[in-house]
Amino acid sequence: MTTFKYLVLLFAIGAIAACETGNTLSDDGKALPILGERDYENGDTIYHKVPDFSFVNQDSNIVNNETFKDKIYVVDFFFTSCPTICPKVKQQMLRVHDRFKSNDKVYLLSHSIDTKRDTVAKLKKYASALDVKSDKWHFVTGDKDQIYDMADNYFIAAQEDPEAPEGFDHSGRLILVDKDRHIRAFCEGTDPESVDKFMLDIDKLLNE
Amino acid sequence: MNKYYIFFALGVIMYISSCQTTRFPQGEAAYLAYCASCHMEDGKGLKTLIPPLAQADYLQKNSEDLACIIRNGLRAPIVVNGQAYDQPMAGIPNLSDVDINNILNYIKNAWGNDYGTIKLSEVQAQLEGCK
Repeated sequence: MTTFKYLVLLFAIGAIAACETGNTLSDDGKALPILGERDYENGDTIYHKVPDFSFVNQDSNIVNNETFKDKIYVVDFFFTSCPTICPKVKQQMLRVHDRFKSNDKVYLLSHSIDTKRDTVAKLKKYASALDVKSDKWHFVTGDKDQIYDMADNYFIAAQEDPEAPEGFDHSGRLILVDKDRHIRAFCEGTDPESVDKFMLDIDKLLNE
Repeated sequence: MNKYYIFFALGVIMYISSCQTTRFPQGEAAYLAYCASCHMEDGKGLKTLIPPLAQADYLQKNSEDLACIIRNGLRAPIVVNGQAYDQPMAGIPNLSDVDINNILNYIKNAWGNDYGTIKLSEVQAQLEGCK
């Protein structure tokens, strides 16, 4: 009977260990995929690419594709008077910010979808209250249609909705963009565990 | 005899774990649904953007205003534990008087707060006097 018990125990440990290794292998063995639709032209694969954009950040400076040349960056959409998911997402963006603070390859880019009310001055105040600066984390506003168009391009749902709290409805996704303007990973910015995994994805992209 | 010890130990564990559950479960549920996205589950707020509720002197000093703040929001700058905050807070007009009462009793006693309790009649008196 005792031998049998030990066997069961050994089997259980073995099963757990096997499981763990399996996870680690599948996590580390694969490169991050390039997300989005793809086209095929003359035998080449054309991946979804972030288009040209130009916005203004909390310090009134232009932020465009050149800003992130040879860098990777994390994107989200929010608005300063958002009473729903935004503060939670910002709390998680802050974790990403703090973890990659000293890495000059990683930037953060938050778009306001309330372009009418979120002036540069308001964005400045918001960023200061979070104790972050534009050399790392850009809070941008700009042409409303272009902001919503970019949300589409980053696969983030965002829309004006008079029924939603404070008039806007949007998802709390964080998006990871690589130096070739490809989208490589995303997570739910309201869920700390999803963000844990996302930060490992950033590590992985940095090692490419 | 051994078995009795086990039952006794189980009883102690159950007793302790029941003590640790919140005194205001309905207030907690409403807090998590309506307040925690900004003030966070731990009541600590967010940097100097959103003020804390945990160990917040503001709750004690302004206990007469709290019901109205939950219902109508707050537009003026405030100072909490010596730190200024001026991010406007949205009100939650669809909460009933009872919901507000439950939330108040939860936040007054969660996270180590010890700011007493409030009765429904007091909450309603506050709400009637909202500016």
